[in-house]
Amino acid sequence: MTRLPTFYENKQLVTPGDLLAEGNYVAGENAYNEDDKIYSTQLGLVDYEERKVHVVALRALYIPYIEDTVIGKVVDVGFSGWMLDINAPYLAMLRASDVLDRPFKPQKNDLSSIFNIGDLIIAKVVAYDRTRDPLLTVGEPSLGKITRGQIVEVTPTKIPRLIGRQGSMISMLKRETGCHITLGQNGLVLVSGKTLEDERLAIMAIHKIDQEAHTSGLTDRITKMILKEKGGVKHAQKDD
Amino acid sequence: MTQIIIPYITQKQIAESISNGKRLDGRGLTDYREIQVEAGIIESAEGSARVRLGKTEVLVGIKIEVGEPFSDIPNEGVLTVNAELVPLASPTFETGPPGQEAIELARVVDRGIRESKAIAVEKLCAIPGKKVFIIFIDIYVLNHDGNLIDASALAALAALLNTKMFKYQVKDGEIEMKPGYTQLPIRNHPIAVTLAKINEKLIVDPELGEEQVMDTRLTMAIENDGKICAMQKGGSGYFTTQQILEATRIAQEKSIELRKLMVKG
Amino acid sequence: MPRKTTKKLIDKNGIRADGRKPEELRPTKIEAGVIRNADGSAYIEQGKNKILAGVYGPKEVHPKHLTLLDRALLRCRYHMAPFSVEERKSPAPSRREQELSKVITWAIEPSIFLEQFPRTSIDVFIEVLQANGGTRCAGITAASVALADAGIPMRDLVTACAAGKVEGHLVLDLMDVEDKMGEADLPLALMPNLNAITLLQMDGGLTTDEFERVINLALTGCKQIHTLQKEALKARYIAVKKAVEKQ
Repeated sequence: MTRLPTFYENKQLVTPGDLLAEGNYVAGENAYNEDDKIYSTQLGLVDYEERKVHVVALRALYIPYIEDTVIGKVVDVGFSGWMLDINAPYLAMLRASDVLDRPFKPQKNDLSSIFNIGDLIIAKVVAYDRTRDPLLTVGEPSLGKITRGQIVEVTPTKIPRLIGRQGSMISMLKRETGCHITLGQNGLVLVSGKTLEDERLAIMAIHKIDQEAHTSGLTDRITKMILKEKGGVKHAQKDD
Repeated sequence: MTQIIIPYITQKQIAESISNGKRLDGRGLTDYREIQVEAGIIESAEGSARVRLGKTEVLVGIKIEVGEPFSDIPNEGVLTVNAELVPLASPTFETGPPGQEAIELARVVDRGIRESKAIAVEKLCAIPGKKVFIIFIDIYVLNHDGNLIDASALAALAALLNTKMFKYQVKDGEIEMKPGYTQLPIRNHPIAVTLAKINEKLIVDPELGEEQVMDTRLTMAIENDGKICAMQKGGSGYFTTQQILEATRIAQEKSIELRKLMVKG
Repeated sequence: MPRKTTKKLIDKNGIRADGRKPEELRPTKIEAGVIRNADGSAYIEQGKNKILAGVYGPKEVHPKHLTLLDRALLRCRYHMAPFSVEERKSPAPSRREQELSKVITWAIEPSIFLEQFPRTSIDVFIEVLQANGGTRCAGITAASVALADAGIPMRDLVTACAAGKVEGHLVLDLMDVEDKMGEADLPLALMPNLNAITLLQMDGGLTTDEFERVINLALTGCKQIHTLQKEALKARYIAVKKAVEKQ
């Protein structure tokens, strides 16, 4: 069988409009088909599978998917629920009925006593299609209002890299910084540690992963960096 | 103007951190963020400078035109300051004519330069009562991450120091250009220092999150010899007399530091 | 105050006032990701042109009544800084800026998958910090890079370049004095991989034959600039990779 023409090597950098393949290919994520030609829609790394071409975007928006865990910020309180900024093109909605089902009866029409403007919430996307705003739930044990920690923003497409193969990256981060780290699919990460220094270290590591996600040997490099920073601090403390 | 909503827990952390003498980004209470000043980057302007104060970025361009003087000061050049909060600098900036924030920014920067008599405007008169030079100081905010006042004032001063005027002579009641340039006559270097009050503590150079959380702010413009030539309290909170005097002391100290960043010519 | 110039625009050897040959582009450099607050941004220097582009969106539409139900609303704003030109320009939008804003929006629209984001707006702000002719083209070029930097899905980048006629010669990438004193100026924008022209304007007079040659000249300019756009987008990632490999 003749090999169908592709124009880049696997994992090469491509930009919007780059012709990736010609012939009987299927356009996967961040690619589109026009007249049997597959083009990229994003800046990213091209990935060729058997018959499918997709692009792993380096800079992308967050598009909500059902079952995504997201970290959102309450920006409006209404009578029937709250509107949250989840770093997506649309504000997301959390219905009062989602929260009021639990054994807790707030004042009627005073939803701000539960969640107020400025509160950060870990939630899950339960519904989203392009005709209406995404719908959230906090009805699971790990979800709800965030009470401490700092928020870091990364490009949403880098979240898998933050997790690492079989969770290797995130477990290393948690272990070495002693911080609790919650990842939102929408690119928001919650870092909660015992001290501000611990949190700052974790945040520094997360920023570095965001910038170098497209390179190899990342887990080792980040581990080295964290140990170096921690060693530096320990040294300073010793001299006191 | 749409509002920036700082997460509630971040607000608490900023306040808590400051109560303990440190800021969220690790700075001390009287530390400025990293400052970069680059002069002469816009050739179409008679003078220009760009200041990066942390992530805040401001560009100032100076244009010199010939015009009529004000009738009550017929032998002086005219100084006018304008600020544009262009929408690309922040999700909270909108298109349209300058709003209150832009106007306050322009007027505070103006006050520092004008009251310190930084520009020798009496030397900017070509034909007394008829033709003087108008100095346009245009502040262009390129990225807003807090403390636009200090960044803009610094950029304005750097731009003025960078400004070259064409040489001229007056012939038959008209201004004629001659070859060559002279520096704009500057004789004072006013530096603006802004302090914010959070939880009764004074901090210098508030970044965006701190600005959203602060009770109130105070800007002082300090001249070369340490004299205070302009002041502006912004925001609705209040200061005690003690705090204002403390702020003044800090501002004078900081102004010396910042003035060192000014490059002549 | 403007100084008058009476130099010839093209000398007897065909060399232009700034030393270029007729089909030569001004030195161009493009950088992506320069404005921290913006969702995407880019900066372009082309000869003496210095232009910033910033993108916000897709996000909710303000004012609400402009919302489109089936796609995103694209709004491009072209604006010049008061100090960007010889004689200070008032910051208030002029008729020219309003026309260019509209034309630039039309030039960029076909490249974006607007239908993927109904009921949102994508705002593009082009700020000209220093101008010397061809700013609408440079603005479009920067805006397209900014949109890619924002991660907004596009069919293709949009590249723009002008060509025209000056003192009888057909030239590429006219600077301000050539535009003002020459015989014709033709700005053009193109989606390079799809070979689709999305902006075409002209001032002046050209014969049909000249017109075809000028368009082709502009297209060659676009091709060169397109390469620079792609490099600008990839630059950060290539630099990081190199730095990492050195360690």
